[in-house]
Amino acid sequence: MSGSIQDTFFEECEELLEATDEGLTAIEGGDHNPEVVNAIFRAVHSIKGGAGAFGLDDLVAFAHRFETVFDEVRSNRLELDEKLVQLLLRSSDHLSALVEAARDGGQIDEAHHDTLLAALDEYTPDEEEDLTFEPMGLGGPAPMMDLGDLGAAPAAPQEETYRIRFQPLKEMYGTGNEPFFLFQALRDMGDLAVTLDENELPGFDTMDMDESYLAWDLVLVTKEPRSVVEAVFEFVEGLCELSIAGDGDAEAEANALAALDAMFTAPPAAGSADGEAAAAPFEPPVPAPEPEAKPAAAEEKASAPKAESGKQEQRGGPKPTLRVELERVDRLINAVGELIINHSMLAQQIANLNVSDTRDVETELEGFKNLARDIQEGVMAIRAQPVKPLFQRMARIVREASAATGKTCKLVTEGENTEVDKTVIERLSDPLTHILRNAVDHGVEKPEDRTAAGKQTTGEIRLSASHRSGSVCIEIRDDGAGVNRPRVKQIAIEKGLIPENAELTDGEIDNLLFAPGFSTAKEISNLSGRGVGMDVVKNAVTGLGGRINISSAPGKGSTFTIILPLTLAVMDGMVVSVADQTMVVPITSIVETMRGSDDMINSLGADGTLLSIRGNFVPICDVARALGLYRESDRQAGVYLLVETETGQRCALAVDDIHDQRQVVIKSLDGVCGEIPGVAAATILGDGKIAMILDPESIIAASPTAAAFDTERRLSNAS
Amino acid sequence: MQAEVKQNDQEVKHAEHSEFVSFTVAGQAFCLKITQIREIRRWSPVTILPHAPADVLGVMNLRGAVIPIYDLSARFGLQQTEASERNVVIVVSVHGKPVGLLAESVSEIISINPDDIQDTPPVDSRNTMEYIQGIISHDDTMVRIINLDAVISAPEQVMP
Repeated sequence: MSGSIQDTFFEECEELLEATDEGLTAIEGGDHNPEVVNAIFRAVHSIKGGAGAFGLDDLVAFAHRFETVFDEVRSNRLELDEKLVQLLLRSSDHLSALVEAARDGGQIDEAHHDTLLAALDEYTPDEEEDLTFEPMGLGGPAPMMDLGDLGAAPAAPQEETYRIRFQPLKEMYGTGNEPFFLFQALRDMGDLAVTLDENELPGFDTMDMDESYLAWDLVLVTKEPRSVVEAVFEFVEGLCELSIAGDGDAEAEANALAALDAMFTAPPAAGSADGEAAAAPFEPPVPAPEPEAKPAAAEEKASAPKAESGKQEQRGGPKPTLRVELERVDRLINAVGELIINHSMLAQQIANLNVSDTRDVETELEGFKNLARDIQEGVMAIRAQPVKPLFQRMARIVREASAATGKTCKLVTEGENTEVDKTVIERLSDPLTHILRNAVDHGVEKPEDRTAAGKQTTGEIRLSASHRSGSVCIEIRDDGAGVNRPRVKQIAIEKGLIPENAELTDGEIDNLLFAPGFSTAKEISNLSGRGVGMDVVKNAVTGLGGRINISSAPGKGSTFTIILPLTLAVMDGMVVSVADQTMVVPITSIVETMRGSDDMINSLGADGTLLSIRGNFVPICDVARALGLYRESDRQAGVYLLVETETGQRCALAVDDIHDQRQVVIKSLDGVCGEIPGVAAATILGDGKIAMILDPESIIAASPTAAAFDTERRLSNAS
Repeated sequence: MQAEVKQNDQEVKHAEHSEFVSFTVAGQAFCLKITQIREIRRWSPVTILPHAPADVLGVMNLRGAVIPIYDLSARFGLQQTEASERNVVIVVSVHGKPVGLLAESVSEIISINPDDIQDTPPVDSRNTMEYIQGIISHDDTMVRIINLDAVISAPEQVMP
């Protein structure tokens, strides 16, 4: 089977799982609208169908069981109570796990799988029992609920006769669907008789060439279940008037629709519920062999309204979208980046022209610049995606974590429609998972402790996203016990992270959580104590050019705030020169800039220098030296950029000159060279030259003075 | 220029009269198959990569792409080239990525019968053996055929 088709299947699975999750969350919130249930049923069914085609038996079997329960719900034979909803949520999580396992070849938790299957079985009618254990073939959707009425001993599939009325709308022809191929597919299943109904065909003079006038009446005798027959028409759903009536349809359906039947005294042939087809009497062209001589009347109309309602939903569906290869978008982004660079080159050339009056050109150039910006924003918007799917996955993490720790937590999400760059979303998944697991494991108290503290037994974790002045802010707030500061400090001392007599502010203690090798779990729990700590989270966030903060109030909970850049492709930078090289420093890390004079510089030890700023001493870090560059001219670095690191440490980066402040397009150096300490990426400047984008954090880390000073400061804090 | 580059040894051996571009590096004649070359540019100052090894000159802007420039001479263990306007950068595509190679000057396009390619005689330098995939005689001079894959994928250590 072609890999790309399978990829498409998994892509679709992701969307379908999202839809399932969304529906279940709505149900959990008390929305028992039958449409929601139907939507989930369809999503699970589609996953099952696709999985069947790829021979993913585990997935098919589980999806089938899951779907069966939903069918029970949808036909009102099951009440959606709290317990069932929870089971369904867990099952949906497991379904995601199965899909992931199928995609990435991972292992699934067998015990969990069996538990869920058993739990789902309790909700399915007994006669399903035998069926569900039938081997699920590769050939297509497995036998389904339609056979439920065959009783406890389903024998080999029996032949059934389906009367199908198929009347394409003109839109169907527009989509390139051919009735012929549909009929061919049906013929492959068994005996098919086709009759053309041309009653509606007007005379040639009144005929509208684009209108659809033809209808077909089909009689199919096949061993295939109804679902397979329906599947043939899957792609023309909503594009045709379709009714499928089987002679052996479910009795339950017949009963439910007995009342409906009474209303329809028209001949049994009226396939379409809107009466449109009443003018075209149904005449079975060939007397089809009917193994079960049941009167088909009731069933025939039974399915008509069903088909109608399905069509309605199709029409009111979501906005049309386009699936585009990411690479194409990235190429476009690159081209737009070029355009912006090109603009600055042009501007520079014009400035160099030595023409007295450049006003006209500059006006046009300004227009060019605005257009380029517009295009850039538009292209960036393509990459931007709402965080909703990510947040939905997080709901699952919280559920799993709660189940594993025996706590009850609910995740409340806000700002789900906040759009963030796709890469940012992808790379946020792991850190968020970690923070949320931690929040459940360490943040939220056990139910009895919560009651004692006068809180609701269910812990609340709030996950919110919002745009904040050019960046994205993601906040994870729990209403748990807050950081246990004495304990955190004790552990930090035990692990040798801080001296025993260190005096730290509350904020500094909280930040110890991000120190490498820190873990507060008393025993290594299955959940968060996996040997990685919050430092991994922090690294992931800083890797995205963002920062993370924690604030905590004892007894009230903790809040993690992640601030991220809107996009990874463009940033604001300060253009500086260092040892005759032009470089860019991210503006976000610069606190202030100043021109230094000799009396501001103080020596410390043999090599170290400190810059005095309004009475404070800040270590100086010569960027040229940190990067191993030598000045050809004997110019001294006389300009200082005061930067602040994540830990709140300040340092003055010494550069030769500041030129400009501008938006730069980030060009990754991946694949160009290995990792360079002190350099984050590269960019192309207005003159076409490449400039390195510096990473102040790692420059400071590489600078002996700054590092030494930091240690001294800590020690002086400690004493 | 956008031609798909094939570095198939088989192809070099069996193709009838392949065309090679010969150039000089540190006074010695080298050549590359013409299909491996994407373009040849005049040298212009590059942006220095901090902490880069001696044979990595820096990076250059090739129509919006950041490409690394190697000093072939230093790569072969010969003396470092004092790059100037007279020198050329040969842009090749290795492992699907464009890479610039600094050479002294480009000489000519020569047509080579694959049968005339001689194996590299064993010499004392391991690097040479790796980087040269064969030699040919052209106008009484020895021209070395560069094994591009070995030259570029050879581990480039970035100093910590």
